[in-house]
Amino acid sequence: MTGALEVRLRQQRPIPLDCAFDCAPGELLALVGPSGSGKTTVLRCIAGLHRAAQGAIRSNGATWFDDGVSLPPQQRRVGFVFQNYSLLPHLSALDNVMLALGDAPPAERAATARSWLARVHLQGLDARRPAQLSGGQQQRVALARALARAATGPAAVGGGVLLMDEPFSAVDQVTRRKLREELARLRRELFIPIVLVTHDLDEARQLADRMVVLHRGTALQAGTPEDVLLRPRSTAVARLVGLTNLFAGTVGIDNDRPCLEWAGRRLAIADSCDCALGSVVNWVIPAEGVLLHRPDHPSRGEAENPVAGTITEALRMGSFTQLTMSIPGEAQPLVFQASSHTVLRNNLGPGQAASVTLLAERIHLMPLE
Amino acid sequence: MDWSALSLSLQLAVMTTLLLLPLAVMLARPLAWVSFPGKGLIDALVTLPLLLPPTVLGFYLLGVFAPQGALGQAWLALTGRGLVFSFDGLLLASLLVNIPFAVQPVQRAFEAIPREAREAAWCCGLSSWQTLWRVELPLAWPGLASAMVLTFVHTLGEFGVVLMVGGNLDGATRTLSIAIYDRVQAFDDTGAARMSLLLVLIAFAAVGSLHFFTRKVGRRGN
Repeated sequence: MTGALEVRLRQQRPIPLDCAFDCAPGELLALVGPSGSGKTTVLRCIAGLHRAAQGAIRSNGATWFDDGVSLPPQQRRVGFVFQNYSLLPHLSALDNVMLALGDAPPAERAATARSWLARVHLQGLDARRPAQLSGGQQQRVALARALARAATGPAAVGGGVLLMDEPFSAVDQVTRRKLREELARLRRELFIPIVLVTHDLDEARQLADRMVVLHRGTALQAGTPEDVLLRPRSTAVARLVGLTNLFAGTVGIDNDRPCLEWAGRRLAIADSCDCALGSVVNWVIPAEGVLLHRPDHPSRGEAENPVAGTITEALRMGSFTQLTMSIPGEAQPLVFQASSHTVLRNNLGPGQAASVTLLAERIHLMPLE
Repeated sequence: MDWSALSLSLQLAVMTTLLLLPLAVMLARPLAWVSFPGKGLIDALVTLPLLLPPTVLGFYLLGVFAPQGALGQAWLALTGRGLVFSFDGLLLASLLVNIPFAVQPVQRAFEAIPREAREAAWCCGLSSWQTLWRVELPLAWPGLASAMVLTFVHTLGEFGVVLMVGGNLDGATRTLSIAIYDRVQAFDDTGAARMSLLLVLIAFAAVGSLHFFTRKVGRRGN
């Protein structure tokens, strides 16, 4: 694909890597996983700062890394936003950005660098040194410098890639939200592949077109954030992305249709995920797939997948309340949300009986490992 | 005041400093960043001149510098001049003696440069040579300045090795510190006192300007 970044990596040491993914121009791909999962190493491999034992990296058709070939970072058009920004403390904001414009004609460098600083909303701060800038401003300079390297020049040059290593982890929450919004806006105007390393799933969900879940260097699943978070391919993925309502059950049959046998019940399911009849599976349901029944309108059996239990905890979190319910026959509690208004009106609290619906189409089955 | 001794001391100190600094950068960079077998040994060798008595060092150098010694022979063949009791030999000895004073501050300075600063420069497209000039040296500058001052002042004050290798030849090897010793031997206390005071003032000025300078550099970064 024109302009795309293709990454295939394999190695045993110093940390194992086994992953393959592509990133199209204009696409933002998030590498997610716990610390130590190899996310940063993958990014360093793309930048040429680490050399994997085997694999291939191509950008816009040009080989950056393959058997016997490994271009140094200088010959890869990589804009790298480091976790701690890595601005050069002895240079002004403008000089930091100009450093990345060595390929541009000298007469144009200052103007180009200024325009990049303007695009990250840092007009007027050109002359400041990093120590005279706030954390968020330093982050913007780092982004401007990376973009100057990856996205300057005629689109025909191509092959530029933007790499970001946990770029928002060191700034406060308000700044983080603002920077995320700006990145979401900015990336629409850039036609280059963007790879973002993060351990923050919310960040991945908000920004990424696709995400790759890494665990001990191995890519366990790649897909849209919705795909990965609602339909994890395995229990390991479900655990890594922090899904709470994870239970075990058996695939059964009910009226000639596959169903899920769980805690002495039969739950209707929309998709059996090709799990064999009678096989033990793990399954998940997102909090949004659990609907609280109104206590004053008890279901008369027509509700979908009704489940009754006892509320063990009600955590008010602003406009909604997170409810935890224990279910007879199941050791794990079910966690879901209801509007705080409903919870207050019905006086729901620990010890109260409640019943819910588990939406069949939100139940997702995974083969047992 | 022995003016020819003062001029010789200053010449020796300036040349030692200027020649040793690039060598120190070349040696200190790999010592700061690369780990290789035998690194501990090289670290120890770099520190050794600091710990040995100058007379011991001078004694060995005298052996190597002698016309029948390995280095003395080679130098004679190359330049037609001898190393013992000559300015050439004095300079060479001074370079060796000052290695720890030049290398250690520079090595500490390079160690303090974060790896990411260099990596960021590479990712910006800077070659290793450009990274050295535009990133590493500006960041290591306070360390380089203190290496220069230490080397300069230490060369001015070196006595033992100079006496062993260079002797006391007027205009060729008699440095200020040798001249002071000479004056004391001749019961010329006034002459010795003048020259001693001059050395104190030079050393004080050098260290003072270093402090002033590094503080200015420090402020620039903040």
